Amino acid sequence: MKCHHCDKQATVHLTQILNGQMHKMDLCESCAQANGVTNPENLSIGTLMDSTEGETKPPAGSMVCESCGTTHQDFKKGGRLGCEACYHVFRPVLDPLLEGMHAGTQHLGKIPSGSESRVKFEQSVDDLKKQLLTAIENEDFEKAAQLRDELKALEQDAQV
Amino acid sequence: MFHDLLNKFGSSKKKPKSIPVTLSTRIRLARNLKEFPFPGKAEEGQRRAVLSKCMDAMNDMDTLKESTSLEVDDLSELDRQILVEKHLISPELSQVDEGSGIVLSSDRNCCVMINEEDHLRIQVLQPGLEFEKVWKRADELDSKIESQVNYAYDCELGFLTACPTNLGTGLRASAMMHLPGLVMSKNMDKVINAVNQLGIAVRGLFGEGSDASGSIFQISNQQTLGESEGAIIDRLNETLKNIVTQENFAREKLMQDDGLRLTDKISRAVGILKSCHLIQSSESMDLLSLIRLATDFNMLPERFRSLTDRMFIEIQPGHVQFSAGKPVEPSDRDRLRAELLRKEFGRTPQLNLEGAS
Repeated sequence: MKCHHCDKQATVHLTQILNGQMHKMDLCESCAQANGVTNPENLSIGTLMDSTEGETKPPAGSMVCESCGTTHQDFKKGGRLGCEACYHVFRPVLDPLLEGMHAGTQHLGKIPSGSESRVKFEQSVDDLKKQLLTAIENEDFEKAAQLRDELKALEQDAQV
Repeated sequence: MFHDLLNKFGSSKKKPKSIPVTLSTRIRLARNLKEFPFPGKAEEGQRRAVLSKCMDAMNDMDTLKESTSLEVDDLSELDRQILVEKHLISPELSQVDEGSGIVLSSDRNCCVMINEEDHLRIQVLQPGLEFEKVWKRADELDSKIESQVNYAYDCELGFLTACPTNLGTGLRASAMMHLPGLVMSKNMDKVINAVNQLGIAVRGLFGEGSDASGSIFQISNQQTLGESEGAIIDRLNETLKNIVTQENFAREKLMQDDGLRLTDKISRAVGILKSCHLIQSSESMDLLSLIRLATDFNMLPERFRSLTDRMFIEIQPGHVQFSAGKPVEPSDRDRLRAELLRKEFGRTPQLNLEGAS
């Protein structure tokens, strides 16, 4: 079997699952080394995560929270986020971690009473937006107009 | 003032009741304030602002009447060590430099840490297996604080915490369990593996893994997101009840199979505690563990159970030095520890082997 990159004999056979699909690659010793495949440290879940991220979004390694300066590297190293905004910035890399870490990914516990009204508001806005999109997709413009008005009213109420 | 508070710990008139197997129950809630970076990323000014906001929020609170508020900066190394040994604050909090604090209720069952890993760590603890009461108190305290400050909260992810392992409910419920039967019958590894499958973590209180000194283990939930607080606590509580059953079964079996050896072990423990002149804390823990076991077997009067629980803490290095009123070298601590144990166990009665069941 020949190496994927050159004509040498392939001795390293790599199987990776990326985005739920299995990828196989055969490499010779030197190409494998050049790609960091033989160094187990380079094959951490983190790196695999980076390579899956790279296909659709900017490389995860360059992610940084503008609010507190926490980088993706910081998070991988220390396992801690720096502020509330980090949860938005790092959401793409966080979601798969949370699935493995917890019983579910939706909070089912206590809702702070002060936030209750805010939470309810956010939920209704989300709901209306989703319904609006469906209405537009179904070309039900009458319903869409009605939903748009409701949404506007809700947002105006919140500002008062 | 702080030393008055510490002194009250030992001489509290209302002795906490002490039951077999479960030493204490604890609930901890992790919370952060909106609009401030988490403590790890906060600048000193921001930490100070969070500290005073949190202290203000807890001022004049009924639940925390006559509480003591302290800044960690103001405490000596030894004071901090004492609080860690009493499990009131974490080793992490004892290491921080600026702008961290503690609010401690007068009955010492509530202790709120400010600017540890999260802005707020609300902790409630109580002797025995009492999740219902402990959760109720923690929940109330949390709601009252929340009426004064805005928490960082997301409707999907729940309470936002510095470490994603605490996300959602921010709840860590745990019990301190005395499991000498499972340790002696070498079943602890099996138990640890089985409960790990249920998302429950076991760690030695002093030491690691299945050979914790004193056979004391802290057992807690690992997952905090995707379930309600009630569901998390119920699952842990069920598991703990199973562990208590297993522990009692292991004890009975040890007594049936080789009662003489166990009785011999316990008698020797009494002998050493009565007559030692130098003793390290790990050995003391193991001997105290046997005394607690003997009390559960009715070989010693009930009061020895609460005495052991008190001694588990008072023989720790910080406490030995605190009693001495000054920092003491490790070798001299062993002498002082032995003195304390001789005094407390000097009049231990003969084991009641009739009562052993």
